[in-house]
Amino acid sequence: MAAAGRAPYGWIMTIPPRLRRALVRLRRDIAFTAAGLTLHLVPLLLHFWVVMLLLGTVYDPDPETPVVLAFSVPLLIVAGVGLTEPQRWRFRTLCGVELPRLRFTGAKRQFGYNLLIGPLLGVLEFLLLALLLAALAAALVLVWVWLVPWQWRVEHRGYTTTAAYLTVAGLVALAAVPGLAAGLVRLEILVGRAVLGVSRSDELARRVEDLTASRAGAVDAADAERRRIERDLHDGAQQRLVSLALNLGLAKATLTDLPPEVREVIDAAHREAKDAIEELNSLVRGLHPAVLDELGLDAALSGLAARAPLPVRLRVDLPPDLPQRTAPAVEAVAYFVVSEALTNIAKHAREATRAEVTVTRLGEILRVVVADDGVGGADPSKGSGLKGLAQRVWSVDGTFRMSSPVGGPTMMSVELPCLM
Amino acid sequence: MPDVKRAVPEVRRAVIAEDSVLLRIGLVKVVEMAGFEVVAEAGDAQELLAAVEEHRPELAVVDVRMPPGFTDEGVRAALSIRRQRPDTAVLILSQYVEERYAADLLATNTSGVGYLLKQRVADVEEFIEALRRVADGGTALDPQVVAQLLVRRASDPLERLTARERDVLALMAEGRSNAGIAAQLVVSESAVAKHINNILAKLDLPKADADHRRVLAVLHFLGVGG
Repeated sequence: MAAAGRAPYGWIMTIPPRLRRALVRLRRDIAFTAAGLTLHLVPLLLHFWVVMLLLGTVYDPDPETPVVLAFSVPLLIVAGVGLTEPQRWRFRTLCGVELPRLRFTGAKRQFGYNLLIGPLLGVLEFLLLALLLAALAAALVLVWVWLVPWQWRVEHRGYTTTAAYLTVAGLVALAAVPGLAAGLVRLEILVGRAVLGVSRSDELARRVEDLTASRAGAVDAADAERRRIERDLHDGAQQRLVSLALNLGLAKATLTDLPPEVREVIDAAHREAKDAIEELNSLVRGLHPAVLDELGLDAALSGLAARAPLPVRLRVDLPPDLPQRTAPAVEAVAYFVVSEALTNIAKHAREATRAEVTVTRLGEILRVVVADDGVGGADPSKGSGLKGLAQRVWSVDGTFRMSSPVGGPTMMSVELPCLM
Repeated sequence: MPDVKRAVPEVRRAVIAEDSVLLRIGLVKVVEMAGFEVVAEAGDAQELLAAVEEHRPELAVVDVRMPPGFTDEGVRAALSIRRQRPDTAVLILSQYVEERYAADLLATNTSGVGYLLKQRVADVEEFIEALRRVADGGTALDPQVVAQLLVRRASDPLERLTARERDVLALMAEGRSNAGIAAQLVVSESAVAKHINNILAKLDLPKADADHRRVLAVLHFLGVGG
C-alpha cells in the first residue's frame, strides 16, 4: 500500500492500516452501490411510467396514451440490452469483477438482469444509501441543530435528550453500514456473475476451443520435432553409416590377399553396417519420411507399398487441383496409418497373401482403407500397434474403424479431416 | 562377380556431386576403381552443372539431396544435364526411392541412366558394375524403384506371370543383362531366356535382343519411359 502514502493523500497514512482498509472498502462499496442505484433507477422509472400509462388507459382513456406507450415500451427494451455495458463497466472498474461480453444469444439473460432483478437490487441499494444518509444525519444531529434558529432551541429545552438518543442511534446505524454494504456488494456480484456471467455451456465451449487449439499446436510441434530429427539423422548418422559401409566394401573388394579369418571379420562388419543402414532408414521413415514433404502422400505411400513384404495393391485418388492441400500433420497421420497397418498385416495376419490400400478424398475428408485377405480376428484393444494407430488418428479428430471377423477378411477404415 | 580390375580401352572421365565430404571421398575411390578418372567433385547442383560444362565427362554421379534446399536439386540438375549434354550418362544416388524422379529421368530416353539407393554404394562390386553399365549407355534401376513401379501396375496382365517370372521381370527392369539375371537367380542363362520369352509373350511386348531396348519395353509397360 505504499502508493497510497504519497501526497496529496499523505494524511491517510496517519490512520491505522486496518481502519484505512475498512474505509477504502467502504468507499468502494458505497460508490458501487450508488452507481448501481443510478443504473437500476432507469428501468425502475421506466417500469413505473409504463405501468402508470397502462393503468391510465384502464381508468381514464386518453387518446395520447398509445403514442406515449409506443415511445416508452421501445425505450424499455433498449434499456434491457443497453444497460448491460454500463453494468459491466461498473463491475469492472469499481469491483474488479470481469463479466464476459454477452452476444446476442444472451439477450434473455440481459433483459432478466436489467429489467427484473436490477430494479429489485435498486430497491436494496436505495435502502442502504437512505440508511447511510439517515444515520449520518442522526449522528450529527448535535452539529446541525446549531443551524436551527436559536428560538427553537429555547422553546424546546428538552431536545438534548432526544438528540443524544438520535446520535447514539445514528452511530449504531453507521456502524452497521459497512457490513450491510459489503453484504449487498457480495450479493450483487453473486447475482451479476450468475446472470450476466459465463454460463456453464459457454465456459465448456470456450474450453473446448482452447483445448482444440492447444492440441493442434501440440500435434504440429510433435510433427516439426519429428522432421527435425529426420533431418539430423539424414545429415549425420545416415551419411556416416553409408560411408562406413562403403569403406568396408572397398576393403572387401581390394584386400583380396587377406587370411580367411580377417576376410570373414570384414565381411561380417560390412553386412552389419548395411543392416544398420536399413534399420536406420526404416526408423527414419517411421519418424517422418522426407518424401512426404517433398512429393506428397501419393509418392510416400507407393514407397511403403513397394517395401511391404506382401503384394499390395495401392489406389490413391486425390484430385490434383484441390482448393486446399491436406494439412501436413494429417498427411503424416495417413502415412503412419498405412505404414502401421501394413506392418501389422505382415506381422500378425499370417494367412494374408495380399493387401489393398485405398486413399480417397471426399470433400474435406481423407479416407484411408487398408484391407487384407487374412483369417481376421484382429482386436484393436490388444496389441499396442493398433492402439497407437487409433490414438494418432484421434489426435487429429479422425475416426478409426476396424472390422475383422474371425475367418477374415480384415478391413480398417480411417477418416481424417483434411484441415486443422 | 565381375572382375573389378578389368582394363578399359580408354580412360573415361566422371564428375561426382555429393555434399557430404565423407561420402564423396569414398565415392571417388569407387568410381576410380571402376576405371574412371574423376575430373571434378561438386558440392552442389551449381558446381555440378559448371563441371559438366567444363569437362564434358562421360559419367556424372549425382546425389539427389544437396544444398541449398536439400530436396531434389540433384534430380533437377541431372534432368538439365540430360537435356543439354545427352552424351553424359547420369547415375542418381538417393536416400530413398521415388518413382517420380525415375519417371522424369527415363521420360525421354532410358539409355545412360541410373537411379540407385545411396546405400548400394556399399556393395562395391555391384555398384561398379552399375557404373559401367550406365556409362556404356545401359540402365541401372534400384530394385526398390522397380518394386514401386510394379506396385503401380499390380493389375491385370502382371497377374498372369508366375512368381519366378515376376522376379525376372523386375531384374530386367533394373537393367540387367541375361547373364546378370542368371547370376542373381542362380539359374542357367537359357532358363532366363525362356522366362523372358514367356514374359514378353504374356505381356504382349515385342521381342528385342538388345538389352536397353528390352529395358525400354519393360519400363514402358510399367508406365515410365518414352
